[in-house]
Amino acid sequence: MSWLWLVPTLPLAGALLLALLGGLMPRRAAGALGCLSVGLSWIVSLKVAAGYLAATPATGAYGQTLFRWIDVGTFRIPMGLYLDQLSLIMMLVVAFVGFVIHLYSAEYMIRGEGYSRFFCYMNLFVGSMLILVLADNLLSLYLGWEGVGLCSYLLIGFWYQERANGIAAQKAFIVARIGDTSLAIGLFLLFAHFGTLDIQRTMSLVSAPSGASPPVVIAAALLILGGAVAKSAQIPLQTWLPDAMAGPTPVSALIHAATMVTAGVYLIARTHVLFSLSPVAMLAVAGIGAATACYGGLSALAQRDVKRVLAYSTISQIGFMFLALGVGAWWAAIFHFMTHAFFKALLFLAAGIVVQGLGEERDMFRMGGLFTKLPVAAWTFLIGACSLSALPLVTAGFYSKDAILWASWSYRGGSAVLWAGGMLAALLTGIYIFRAFFLVFFGEQRTPVESKPGLLVNLAVVVLAFFAVVGGILGVPRVLGSTNPFGQFLAGIFGDGPAEAVSTEGPFLLFSSIISVIGIGVAYALFKPGVRAPAVARSAAYDAVRRFLLTGWGFDWLYDRVFVRPYVVLARMNRADVVDCLYTGLALIAGAGHYLLSATESGRVRNYATAILLGAALVVAVLLWR
Amino acid sequence: MADIAAAPTSVMLGVALALFLIGMAGVMIRRDLLYVLMSLEIMFNGAALAFVTAAAKWKQPDGQVMVILILVAAAAEVGVGLGLVLRLYHRFGTVDGDQISLMKG
Repeated sequence: MSWLWLVPTLPLAGALLLALLGGLMPRRAAGALGCLSVGLSWIVSLKVAAGYLAATPATGAYGQTLFRWIDVGTFRIPMGLYLDQLSLIMMLVVAFVGFVIHLYSAEYMIRGEGYSRFFCYMNLFVGSMLILVLADNLLSLYLGWEGVGLCSYLLIGFWYQERANGIAAQKAFIVARIGDTSLAIGLFLLFAHFGTLDIQRTMSLVSAPSGASPPVVIAAALLILGGAVAKSAQIPLQTWLPDAMAGPTPVSALIHAATMVTAGVYLIARTHVLFSLSPVAMLAVAGIGAATACYGGLSALAQRDVKRVLAYSTISQIGFMFLALGVGAWWAAIFHFMTHAFFKALLFLAAGIVVQGLGEERDMFRMGGLFTKLPVAAWTFLIGACSLSALPLVTAGFYSKDAILWASWSYRGGSAVLWAGGMLAALLTGIYIFRAFFLVFFGEQRTPVESKPGLLVNLAVVVLAFFAVVGGILGVPRVLGSTNPFGQFLAGIFGDGPAEAVSTEGPFLLFSSIISVIGIGVAYALFKPGVRAPAVARSAAYDAVRRFLLTGWGFDWLYDRVFVRPYVVLARMNRADVVDCLYTGLALIAGAGHYLLSATESGRVRNYATAILLGAALVVAVLLWR
Repeated sequence: MADIAAAPTSVMLGVALALFLIGMAGVMIRRDLLYVLMSLEIMFNGAALAFVTAAAKWKQPDGQVMVILILVAAAAEVGVGLGLVLRLYHRFGTVDGDQISLMKG
């Protein structure tokens, strides 16, 4: 376990080496270095995990202080790592999925320029993400939080010659900044009240009887929620994620599906003590989650770009995680995070094979008929799609999503409304992902296949496909006869683990299974090869709805009108800075005085003589009449 | 000596003041530097006359001494001043003070 510090350090060292020497290295060496640093980090994390499981500390947590980061008076921030059940799972998933996607990118990105730059950013991202999940105080967590945000910006704008990519990167950065500001204020509030930013101490102080007054707790929880909402692309700050698809596909898979966007889920789970003390914040989390799950599902229905389908799907699935957090099913949220990391990364990587194979074609209506042409991509995409739409019993997604749906009904914060929202989103999931599946892989072929994936790319998707199926075994619910080891494991920090098997859970399980199968069936009926669009699809109202969903419910339009344009108008009006008026005024007065006085310097001797005489007369007059 | 002493002090001072003001007006109004120098001489004379008048009134020799001093200073001033005017004339081809205004601010 004492090797824990190596886990985030290795990718960071890789990033540093690539930044300094990347330009001098041949491509193969840069790719190998990039993969090796993350791979070693993953192996070390496995070793650490084995050590942790073999000899779990009595408190359930292992801390490691690396150095003192800030030490000013009473403000002491150590750079410390903290390993408990939650951060262990996060660390393993981040390192593993990161490694697999690095392997994939080593081959996928080999054409085109900026190869070593790409791996430098990716390593920096993995290092920052590991700092985020392993940090033992909120400021170190914030460091990782900003680090992943920076890498997200750099990688969305990776192909920076295209203007649109740069704009998408800036949008992601600015929207995330809103949340970061909220999170920072939340941290200030916590520090002001508890005098520490150490997560465990803060949480114990919060829950102490003489802890904090309810308004402080609610304010802190809501501010932290603000940060989580922006990072995890939840309503109302979700607009950046679909545009973030401008980045390379491995980036979308790693950052904008599997890891970074779930940082908000991790943050709320990490500070769950704070949230469970304020029902208002919990209700907000659950409400945002359920609403976003439905929002993402509906928007995904109308997309043409295959990556945007997956982006809205990610928004929707993180909505599920928020729903789980909001009802207090912490373990279910983390469980869904894990399975989602597998199957969503898989879907992105499989879609990446298709997109690259067709020469960067992303429009699903120009694909089709690829099932036999790109069999690996097709089969792995099918597995990912089944897992995403929670095909009963055989997929990982089924177990995690069912746990959330059951919790949204049965847990403390659960209610029929939240459950119904979750069910609707679950139904939509099957429809939109299989719509994409049928459009991409069936029907007539519209674009010829230019290139086939290589060995590493195939290996990566097959490995992820494996985990997208078996990853759920850990969390099989008790009603199906398992002990649910995943929930048990996390019960150590979340207190209450998965609920005991209740007789009503069986019917609910059956119902959600039927719903997911119905979703897939609807997609099959509507989009299977050879089905012609029904007459209603040609009506104007249908087209309006389709466009409404395609633009993500017009959020971009709304924000453009409400925030961007008034801001631009204000900025135009204030082009000559109002505050600057004072200072330019001073300068103008000084300048006027200068011109006034310089006019007296006429260079005419007799004027000077006159002035001297008048001055002398004045002095004499003053002396005489004083 | 007696004739001068016979003139009342106030008249003498009035003449001195008139001389001074005439010279002053010349300095302020004339553009030709030679005339400016001449006007300065008139101002000197006005001041010197005031000293003489004061010396006669109080029967003190100090005023006479000051007049000698003023004459010396005026002679020196004319020497330097004429030299400068000559140089200016060579340099600019004119002795018009208003035209030689290169040191405008």
